[in-house]
Amino acid sequence: MAETIQLEVARYSPEKDSTPSFQKYEVPLRKDWVVLDALNYVKDKQDGSLTFRWSCRMGVCGSCGMMVNGEPKLTCATFLSKYAPGPVRVEPLRYFPIVRDLVVEMSDFMTKFRKVKPWLIRNDDKPLSEGEFLQTPEQLEVYKPFSMCINCTLCYAACPVYGLDPFFIGPAAIALAQRYNMDSRDQGSDERMDILSQHEGIWGCTFVGECTKACPKNVDPAGAIQQYKLAAAMDWFKALLAPKASR
Amino acid sequence: MRTQAQPATPPYTPYHPRWYRTHVSTYWWMHRWVYFRFVLRELTSFGVAYFCVMTLLYVRALSRGPEVFQAFQSRLASPLFICMTVVALFLALFHTTTWFSLSAHAMVVRVGGKRLPGVLIVMGNYGAWVVVSAILSWLLLR
Amino acid sequence: MAKRPIEPFLWTLFSGGGVLAAFFVPVLLFLLFLAFPLGLLHAPSYDALHSLIAMPLVRLLLFVACSVPLFHWAHRFRYTLDDGLQIKHLNEFVDILCYGGAVVVTLLAALLLWNFS
Repeated sequence: MAETIQLEVARYSPEKDSTPSFQKYEVPLRKDWVVLDALNYVKDKQDGSLTFRWSCRMGVCGSCGMMVNGEPKLTCATFLSKYAPGPVRVEPLRYFPIVRDLVVEMSDFMTKFRKVKPWLIRNDDKPLSEGEFLQTPEQLEVYKPFSMCINCTLCYAACPVYGLDPFFIGPAAIALAQRYNMDSRDQGSDERMDILSQHEGIWGCTFVGECTKACPKNVDPAGAIQQYKLAAAMDWFKALLAPKASR
Repeated sequence: MRTQAQPATPPYTPYHPRWYRTHVSTYWWMHRWVYFRFVLRELTSFGVAYFCVMTLLYVRALSRGPEVFQAFQSRLASPLFICMTVVALFLALFHTTTWFSLSAHAMVVRVGGKRLPGVLIVMGNYGAWVVVSAILSWLLLR
Repeated sequence: MAKRPIEPFLWTLFSGGGVLAAFFVPVLLFLLFLAFPLGLLHAPSYDALHSLIAMPLVRLLLFVACSVPLFHWAHRFRYTLDDGLQIKHLNEFVDILCYGGAVVVTLLAALLLWNFS
């Protein structure tokens, strides 16, 4: 294995630059290093001004999402040696505004995420004296994959519809809405249906499927969206044929 | 009690860094192979539309008598129509294969509380496809 | 729902049309427009075909098989134009072209199959 590998890292300083540019760094190619290790090496030893987000360095916090050679990846979970002999192109997450270097502005995702009411909605509050909500393993299995989402927004960087349509709610938000809709303890599917069934909500999705491929936690947001479309369609027909019954 | 007058503060605009928004090109679907393949998949709908229109023309020729129908058959055998049909057939097959592989994600079938693995749903679809094709072939070839 | 958007209905047509197309189109395209005209397989006689299509059930199935997949094309092509060429601002024109086209051909199909003799 070669001694070093070249990183091409996107740089953008809002005070000095008008467009992002690329800067090359030579980093050691160690067998156990991930791309995040290489970036930290650059920041420690070569260029302290390089700015990027990271936290847990083990693939559970979702902070370190970046584009590595054009693919959205968690840099703490992507081995450097996979890209030997390089160069490795590291860019900020696609389809989000760039704040500086590799840091993107996530507030659009946060707003859309909140819109789908990602919490248990109950019509009545069960008093503590009645005990806890019981749930069988089968009931848990129904929504468990969708609950694995770590909000890393790699799926948003993979989704061309999100890049083209500013009103599309996006894969992770819809998958999380499904996580709560499918939870046996939740009673809020109707409330979420009104928000999601607008044209921009879920219907913008054309099942490209890249979101599922990009997801590091096997959430399968594309599957969640298609299942939700079916539920929304059935709801539409029910409202058409039996309007009193559905309300 | 009178509150103390606040000293005048200069107008203060909070600092907001100039974000860079990358423009999505009209040719975004050419930039990556997966996106290009996706657009090809979407364009398979033209194979389907070709089938619908041609079948209706077929039925129309059939309703106008044996001579018109025979003439229509000869036109179908011309190189132009054969080429178009071969392209449409390729698009239709691409539609079928991609549709079935996507069905593994979209369809959730639960047996005894456990979700059936996607590959079984895909194989089920292919099986049904073979059966339907066999029945239609038998109807037309007997 | 506050107002009833038409999108779920259009998606249902797209989905149903996609299923019908996936199952019926390849074999029928091959037989009717490749194998029979080129003589690769023995084609049914004119009378056999005519009496087969004349059956009301067959005409109904043909109507469904030739109209619903057209709405599948309409829905898919509309999104391809909106996303692929970024012409969402022309959405009235795109909608009329796609769904209008499908409606027109569906009406023609209904007329044709109803009056088949």
